[in-house]
Amino acid sequence: MLISNLEFLPDRKVMRHLGLVQGSSVRSKHVGRDIAASFKNIFGGELRGYTELLHDSREEATERMLEQARSIGANAVLNVRYSTSSIAAGAAEIFVYGTAVELDG
Amino acid sequence: MYEAAFFLLLLLLGYGFGRLAERRHFARLVVREREMNTLPAIASRYPPTDRAYAQHLVGGNVVVSSDYFKSFVAGLVNIFGGRVAPYESLIDRARREAVLRMKDEAHGLQATYVFNVKFETTRIAVGRTGAMEVLAYGTAMIPSTGDS
Repeated sequence: MLISNLEFLPDRKVMRHLGLVQGSSVRSKHVGRDIAASFKNIFGGELRGYTELLHDSREEATERMLEQARSIGANAVLNVRYSTSSIAAGAAEIFVYGTAVELDG
Repeated sequence: MYEAAFFLLLLLLGYGFGRLAERRHFARLVVREREMNTLPAIASRYPPTDRAYAQHLVGGNVVVSSDYFKSFVAGLVNIFGGRVAPYESLIDRARREAVLRMKDEAHGLQATYVFNVKFETTRIAVGRTGAMEVLAYGTAMIPSTGDS
């Protein structure tokens, strides 16, 4: 499955537009990480636990979007966008959406 | 009395460790950016047509936390308004780090460009001071083997 945030690909032709596909994932981390993070708030620096958490969360959301694209017979998702919102203390929603298309070849 | 001493200690710790970490990070960023100069990240929506490419979505993210000193200074600036310089350097570091991680992923795919680069910054609540996440993503352009 081809996935890109370009709106068109120069050497491929879109045969069919299959509409919007999307995936989302809401995650929060465990208390241990929160405590470690509060120490980091004194010294500063990267919160690796959170970086990983959001990375994994994004992968999951993307996988859900691709699943949806596959189920409607797409072979590519174009113009993919990500959106992140922190919806509650300690939880973030990752949302990913794009246009499912059928490319030639 | 103890409270004031504790506050001063936190402030000093934040200043010392924060500054050291920042200086080291900037030094690392400069080196890695020079290495990755051969793989340009381009904000254009129009991909190159000079040859055939395969595409793949790549991205890099980083969550950074402010330190106690930066948060304190930011709080002071907040009263009078104006430039919050400590946060400017923090977010600059995060953004450059995110771009480098995105480029690392693209490099692993043997890409020669990253096109249509987008940034996203989100505030994430962690404790009292908070943290922010920067995400950079784009389309890695991977030259197709066989033709040139």
